[in-house]
Amino acid sequence: MPKITYIEHDGTEHNVDAEVGVTVMNAALDNLVPGIDADCGGECSCATCHVMVAEDWMPKVGQPGESEESMLDLNPERQPNSRLSCQIAVSDELDGLVVQLPEFQF
Amino acid sequence: MAELTKPLMVDLDAADVPLAEIDVSQRELWEQNKKYPFFKRLRDEAPVHYCQDSEFGPYWSVTRYDHIMEVEQNWQHFSSDPTIVIQDPEEDFQLPMFIAMDPPKHDDQRKAVQGVVAPANLKNLESTIRSRVEEILDGLPIGETFNWVDKVSIELTTQMLATLFDFPYEDRRKLTRWSDVATGGPETGVVDSEEQRREELFECLSYFQGLWHERVGQEGNDLVTMLANSEATQDMEPQEFLGNLVLLIVGGNDTTRNSITGGVLALNENPGEYAKLRNNPRVIPNMVSEIIRWVTPLAHMRRTCLKDYELGGQKISAGDKVVMWYASGNRDERAIPQPDEFIIDRQRARQHLSFGFGIHRCMGNRLGEMQLRVLWEEISKRFHKVEVVGEPKRVPSNFVHGFTELPVRLHPL
Repeated sequence: MPKITYIEHDGTEHNVDAEVGVTVMNAALDNLVPGIDADCGGECSCATCHVMVAEDWMPKVGQPGESEESMLDLNPERQPNSRLSCQIAVSDELDGLVVQLPEFQF
Repeated sequence: MAELTKPLMVDLDAADVPLAEIDVSQRELWEQNKKYPFFKRLRDEAPVHYCQDSEFGPYWSVTRYDHIMEVEQNWQHFSSDPTIVIQDPEEDFQLPMFIAMDPPKHDDQRKAVQGVVAPANLKNLESTIRSRVEEILDGLPIGETFNWVDKVSIELTTQMLATLFDFPYEDRRKLTRWSDVATGGPETGVVDSEEQRREELFECLSYFQGLWHERVGQEGNDLVTMLANSEATQDMEPQEFLGNLVLLIVGGNDTTRNSITGGVLALNENPGEYAKLRNNPRVIPNMVSEIIRWVTPLAHMRRTCLKDYELGGQKISAGDKVVMWYASGNRDERAIPQPDEFIIDRQRARQHLSFGFGIHRCMGNRLGEMQLRVLWEEISKRFHKVEVVGEPKRVPSNFVHGFTELPVRLHPL
């Protein structure tokens, strides 16, 4: 199973074995990683599963799609490497992925 | 020919009314809190329902959680322009505000002000909120009956609003008044006439214009300074300034006010839940989400269909009025287990519709949650029970879903 590392704002790391096909959001929820609220349940409609993807992973993870872009755009704490974790599907290619969690979900 | 009068839903049994005649917009249903059986019927039998004839003209009701989500996500088909309430704006009195706009203008104006309620700023506000809550709670009368709405819900939210606007503190109840006037016409008894309503709203405008002029070119973290100095909002016409003020006043006022009141009522109606809270105050953050779902302080949002669209097997045509009933979606058994139960330690309590979803999602959601959390933390330190000792009085509105009166008595620890 691909490994994903979530780093909380205070630096606490959570290493998770994620199933291929689930979202990075669900992998966090299923493993009780704090800091992801997922209020809309993965519908790309609330932006409370915001993560910052480690720079060297950005090429593999890719840029947000149109509807994700419109949600991220309204987040005042958005960074160039911001993504909504409900829109990133876990794959073997993403084995070792590292994402940072923001201090707050908006 | 005798004039046809529409049947009053509130006098009827939801199970017996022909589907086509159901009109959930009638304010009596809301004032007397009898809407839920009608919504259940619609969810089960006609989840996307057309009401041909109502006080507000013909409209579609969207009552299931998933369908509401579908409409929320699709702003390209379902526009927020010209208004987000079931009642159409008056042609000679339009109040443009960003909640009632579509991208890109919506995004630009929203971005100008949302920083004030962004979580980073809230960290600094928490201690202010807490000291005001403490002061309000410590000043409440013990051993006598009083109206919780006035002494706590209104007082706390009004103080908060005054802080966010950096509004002269001694005049703060003007904000409460303007909020009530903005959402209630003569039919609700808030004002005597439409003229009076407009007059009072213009008074609101001119008061704020005074503050605006003082703050142009100044630095500050309050909403007026932000509006006056942001590129997206600094050139607004007076009506648009008023519209956005109304949005921020109502958004920060009625909603939290009614969640504060509704939470007290819900805990009294569910003594087992009140016991859970007493035994474990750590449940408060989760309880806050459950209160916001349970109360659903704004009962609906309205969209206007721009292009024909099929939803739940119904054909919605361009130009049609579409009402998303959050009050119904939050009780949809398809999406929320045991939705008619108030459960303060409910799992996934944050998954509710009260803040809306998509690009118009409530920007003050974290502030509202924080106010409720701090309030309940401080109540728990002081009182064994806030006891409801009389019937609540509800607002006769299908939009502001709340209370004008809740008689209570305090039982200190």
